[in-house]
Amino acid sequence: MIRDITLGQYYPGDSLIHKLDPRVKIIATLLFIIELFIVDNFIGFAICGAVLAAVIIVSKVPLSFIMRGLKPILFILFFTFALNIFMVKGEVIWSWGILHITKEGVRIAVFMAIRLVLLIIGSSMLTLATKPLSLTDGIERLLSPLARFGFPSHEIAMMMTIALRFIPTLLEETDKIMKAQQARGADFETGGLMKRAKALIPVLVPLFVSAFRIAQDLAMAMEARCYRGGDGRTRMHEMKLKKRDFIAFALEAIFLAIVIIEARMF
Amino acid sequence: MSIKVTKLNHIYDKGMPTEQAALVDISFEVNDGEIVGIIGHTGSGKSTLLQHLNGLLKATSGSIEIGGVDITQPGVSMVDIRKKVGLVFQYPEYQLFEVSVAKDVAYGPKNLGLTEEEIDERVREAISLVGLDYDKVADRSPFELSGGQKRAVAIAGVVAMKPEVLILDEPTAGLDPKTHKDVLGMIKEVHERTGNITILVSHNMGDIAEMADKVIVIDSGKLVTMGTPQEVFSKGELLKSVGLDLPPITEFCNEIGINDTVLSLDEAVGKIVDLIKE
Ligand SMILES: Nc1ncnc2c1ncn2[C@@H]1O[C@H](COP(=O)(O)OP(=O)(O)OP(=O)(O)O)[C@@H](O)[C@H]1O
Ligand SMILES: [Mg+2]
Repeated sequence: MIRDITLGQYYPGDSLIHKLDPRVKIIATLLFIIELFIVDNFIGFAICGAVLAAVIIVSKVPLSFIMRGLKPILFILFFTFALNIFMVKGEVIWSWGILHITKEGVRIAVFMAIRLVLLIIGSSMLTLATKPLSLTDGIERLLSPLARFGFPSHEIAMMMTIALRFIPTLLEETDKIMKAQQARGADFETGGLMKRAKALIPVLVPLFVSAFRIAQDLAMAMEARCYRGGDGRTRMHEMKLKKRDFIAFALEAIFLAIVIIEARMF
Repeated sequence: MSIKVTKLNHIYDKGMPTEQAALVDISFEVNDGEIVGIIGHTGSGKSTLLQHLNGLLKATSGSIEIGGVDITQPGVSMVDIRKKVGLVFQYPEYQLFEVSVAKDVAYGPKNLGLTEEEIDERVREAISLVGLDYDKVADRSPFELSGGQKRAVAIAGVVAMKPEVLILDEPTAGLDPKTHKDVLGMIKEVHERTGNITILVSHNMGDIAEMADKVIVIDSGKLVTMGTPQEVFSKGELLKSVGLDLPPITEFCNEIGINDTVLSLDEAVGKIVDLIKE
């Protein structure tokens, strides 16, 4: 049950997308997000959607797997949609009591929904097709120019690596503890909000105890292997941009240009 | 009370690239009052099997009858099943959460909706049944007990629910020899006092040989063989081929040329004395 969360998950594979340099993928994803906010008409969204579809096809990540990641945000999606459709002022096309739907409202609500869906799918493509470790390596490298100004880029990357590394572990632990308490008759599924919140105590307490135990073990293991921060550390896998990375980058630049021109034209 | 498992299959992550058949056509029966030992290599599917027996995992196909009720059918109340079937997980001490031992043990009975007096009585009974002194430990925090005591408290938490079937997943994992013995003794004691069905997973062949009436061997999700300890441990070659071993005492007797399947120290002594006399 709890393992169904795919947001931030990695989907193993060796497609072209998987092989791209993580830095290229991170920048491309950031640009994609910016593009989504530049776009303000259907043609623009169609272009973004097509590009995303192409990326998904090349990556060979099954669509059903990606869609599963959307489930947890359906509520947010619905909520923003409802908020936009009722709150935006303009030319009223339908009303019922104090609720009004305006033409502008429909437009904004639909755009916002499309934008959110593309945004979530787009950014989950980054994590789906990039190993967590290369992802944090990429982030570290991208942030490293800031280290000169005292920005702890290595530490931040290390923290992210550890966090990513332990998400599955903690999910597994949660699953185990929940099952164990269910075996003792715990009921997480029925009852009001208060009752459900209370039912979680037998899960949260052991989970925290576990998390601290894991943290302590990890700290000990790192120290035993002489970890002492990022200064002067060399890497096992040096990141090097290849031809395909430059091509991917060029394609992304063209895509950006098209989106900007298209947004200006209409 | 009896258990009948028929053609049980379980597939993890069905439809995902990581899809894996963890149980394949498992069928067996357990009669009232039996102690059943389940053995198998790491990752063979033992824990998966156990979690089916109290409805924590849903079977992909197959049926599980407990006391005549097929729990794989829709509409069967999970609460009722868990009242009947108690499951103690591997490293159960990691599930302790209450401020005191008594309260932690009371968690299960409370979820059953018993009265205060009944709960109190069961907690006292369970704590002493697992070999702890109620007056000494009841008000202490479970987190300040020793490892073995924590394990005992965790087992008491399930015993207090008075399940007709008590299932334990590697109850002796990671314990020192003395605590190991204590925990086994305690499981036997609970079995004798309550007459329940006990199902036990262990990597220690000696324990299984000593405790079980029936042994089930699993490899890669398939049931390899099943029978009395005598029968199962006479198949040394088969067990070795699935990554298991004979109990040390059985192995020893085989080595020195005793061809019977010897399962206990006493038995071995008798046989060796006979051998010397010859
Ligand atoms: N929650 C899960 N999701 C996916 N696969 C799982 C899950 N739990 C177990 N498996 C897989 O199912 C198989 C059987 O696992 P199981 O935990 O039942 O083995 P086991 O016999 O209890 O092993 P051990 O002796 O190590 O406890 C293993 O290959 C494991 O990788
Ligand atoms: Mg197991």
